[in-house]
Amino acid sequence: MTITAPPKTAPASPSLQPTGWLRYLSFSVDHKVIGIQYLVCGFAFYLIGGAMAGAIRTELLSPVSDFMARDVYNQILTLHGTVMIFLWIVPVVNGAFGNYLIPFYVGARDMAYPRLNAVAFWLIPPAGLMLISSYFITGAAQSGWTAYPPLSITTPATGQIIWILSVLLLGGSSIFGGINFIATILKLRRPGLKLMQLPMYCWAMLGTSILVVLSTPVLAGTLIMLSFDIVAHTGFFNPGMGGNVVVYQHLFWFYSHPAVYIMVLPAFGLVSEILPVHCRKPLFGYTTMVYSIMAIVVLGLVVWAHHMFTSGTPPWMRLFFTIATAFIAVPTGIKFFNWLATLWGGRISLNSAVLFSCGFIVNFVLGGITGVALAQVPFDVHVHDTYFVVAHFHYIVYGGSVFVIFASIYHWYPKITGRMLDEHLGRLHFLLTFVGFNLCFAPQHWLGLNGMPRRVAEYDPQFQLVNQISSAGALLMAISTLPFLWNVIASAFHGAIAGDNPWRALTPEWLTSSPPPVENWKGDPPLVTHPYGYGTPADEIDLNSASGSDLWRSGQ
Amino acid sequence: MPIPSAILTLVLGMLLVLGGLWIGQNINLLPVDASANAPIYDELFRVLFSIGTILFVGIVGLILFSLVRFRRRPGQLGDGLALEGNLPLEVFWTAVPAIVVLFVGLYSYDIYERMGGMVPLGHGNHGSETMVDQRIWGGIGSTQDSQTATTAGIPPLPIEVTAMQFAFLFHYPDGDIISGEMHVPVDRPVSLRMEAKDVIHAFWIPEFRLKQDVIPGQPTVLDFTPTRTGNYSIVCAELCGPYHGGMRSSVVVDSADDFDTWLQSNRKPTAAEA
Ligand code: HEM
Ligand SMILES: [Cu+2]
Ligand SMILES: [Cu+2]
Repeated sequence: MTITAPPKTAPASPSLQPTGWLRYLSFSVDHKVIGIQYLVCGFAFYLIGGAMAGAIRTELLSPVSDFMARDVYNQILTLHGTVMIFLWIVPVVNGAFGNYLIPFYVGARDMAYPRLNAVAFWLIPPAGLMLISSYFITGAAQSGWTAYPPLSITTPATGQIIWILSVLLLGGSSIFGGINFIATILKLRRPGLKLMQLPMYCWAMLGTSILVVLSTPVLAGTLIMLSFDIVAHTGFFNPGMGGNVVVYQHLFWFYSHPAVYIMVLPAFGLVSEILPVHCRKPLFGYTTMVYSIMAIVVLGLVVWAHHMFTSGTPPWMRLFFTIATAFIAVPTGIKFFNWLATLWGGRISLNSAVLFSCGFIVNFVLGGITGVALAQVPFDVHVHDTYFVVAHFHYIVYGGSVFVIFASIYHWYPKITGRMLDEHLGRLHFLLTFVGFNLCFAPQHWLGLNGMPRRVAEYDPQFQLVNQISSAGALLMAISTLPFLWNVIASAFHGAIAGDNPWRALTPEWLTSSPPPVENWKGDPPLVTHPYGYGTPADEIDLNSASGSDLWRSGQ
Repeated sequence: MPIPSAILTLVLGMLLVLGGLWIGQNINLLPVDASANAPIYDELFRVLFSIGTILFVGIVGLILFSLVRFRRRPGQLGDGLALEGNLPLEVFWTAVPAIVVLFVGLYSYDIYERMGGMVPLGHGNHGSETMVDQRIWGGIGSTQDSQTATTAGIPPLPIEVTAMQFAFLFHYPDGDIISGEMHVPVDRPVSLRMEAKDVIHAFWIPEFRLKQDVIPGQPTVLDFTPTRTGNYSIVCAELCGPYHGGMRSSVVVDSADDFDTWLQSNRKPTAAEA
């Protein structure tokens, strides 16, 4: 842990920032403002997507299709999936936290391309509004978020085209973001800061951004071909014109499996920041953590066809993809064991951030176990496209990413607002979310194994009771957002004043004021070469009274 | 006398493994098995369920233990151990999952082979004339069984399946029967040749543990041997439009005699009879 006077190489911010809350509605180029814009906008879409989930679970209270028309059900289902993936999780775990934290972590005053950064954010609201308004104007797309042809070619074209356009805009946004993160992490590092001294979230974002930049263009190309099939009657994927529908699936999953890691790798990174602080221990196994991220990136790119075991892929291909998929469990397992070792022997404070982080570990372990099972062709053949898969991926994306988003909000809220969140409300929020989540999704494993396919508005009456239990869990999850919303709004005005470093953390964002000034530091950015140096003698001094920056000046 | 922690850990570990094995063997989450490959599937399921339970309970147990044992007590402001890594430990938990995954992979490969999944796809052995340039994608199924069965004298029963929005149609070349409900005799191999008219559908019989997409422009095959008489649902598992949830049919597994009766009563009258 050393701090030296930095040479004056940090780039100056390109423009003066507007002030007051109005700056959040402006084309601000401050990475912190953009981070908050991503977060709030993403959360708004989460509420919309959640309302859609509520509608779906209401329809499924009874085995017949009685709550909404069947084609409306498919529209809501398609919107729910698209909103949750492209407008909530991807923008928040990447855009929101990436923007807020990465410049601090590399010791820079802003992202490498601040204007591109603002453009990347401002593509999202119009794309999202366009997508959702299609439901009211012409009817939304109804072929699922996977948009498999020929269904996506034969359902009403307007909704489908709007869907394609908005996904293209969102894909563009994430490519811009990815380029910016790679450039910032590799090029804006403060002199003296080595790659292997970066906080883990930087590594996670580097890996994620590589995936974004390599795979998102494939999705874009595929969707452009699909739109040609729809409007210009070309025959890329139209079997009536000699097209091949399985080729679409290969191209689609070449993006969409990595998309899974685009949603969870940053979450892994965030948890790696949160746990050491509240356990007051160094992150266990830093080096293996870095290698396992890179292994996940490489393996993540070569497993897409495990979504296609029943599409008639040839046997050798099934075998290859089974093995490649199952092997992702190894680097993923390493990360989990390292977090367990970080907990072990710590001084864990059981606050909301830690509860959500541990909830994440529990849920994701289950999602990972069913994932390895799904990778086995003979197993997958029975449960593919059933509620078992729905349970699996919600354990991954909700139990994984969403839990981590909440943990991160509890952890960084004091930095962002300068005020603390209420712990009692936070724990209530955790309890309701955790119970509701498991009540909602755990029974779905059974539904799938016993014969309920996914994406249906009507089902065999024998599944009614279990579906009702699942819907009750969904209701509990909906209720759980109320204490949270109240907490974040009320605490912004009345919360206890946080101070610069309420958690006595060692990562660089805590070594400036809360909220941080424009351009991040009043003076020169500190050189933090050991972001997880807990338990070393320097920290045995009274951390409680010293503010972070004092500590760093006095500590060595 | 305090029990040494190594022994305690060992005992707990053994209890965990035994408990996991017991749960995997004794808790049944699957519907009845009614085809030749369903028991093989269930065997794989039990193994995966046991391993999964052991891992899950073990990890959750460790977390709960840590949260209780290492929670910060009031007034404690110091740090935990400055432990940054431990090479043997990391090697251990890289190697163990790698071995488990390798074991699971090899085992499921064996299962896959026993189900007939690795048999080269039958080109031309399904009696179609336009086979030359056409690719037939194969589902998992007992192609192998049906081949042995053929040599053993029971030729597989061929059925042509057509999927369309929102129904399955079954055509029996022997007897030229068209039916909306599938009838098959018990213990005789069946060979489906499936094609979709409009969009992708998927043919799934949960009790048979079999699923195969039915793809427009690319016929697929699915072979199986039903082993239990009864009436089972055929479910469409691929989103195919508004009535996707209602796209259900049934398969009736008849005794050999019942099946013959059904065949006779539905057979189109031949020219001589008419
Ligand atoms: C532990 C790592 C994971 C593994 C090993 C894994 C494995 C698999 C496998 C083999 C399937 C195929 C299931 C089928 O075809 O029915 C699947 C499906 C799926 N997984 Fe995962 N997965 C993992 C993580 C995730 C994550 C993080 C997400 C988050 C989005 C996710 C979302 C999905 C989705 C959406 C499907 C359904 C695909 C479909 O439409 O059929 N998975 N997963
Ligand atoms: Cu169908
Ligand atoms: Cu269907």
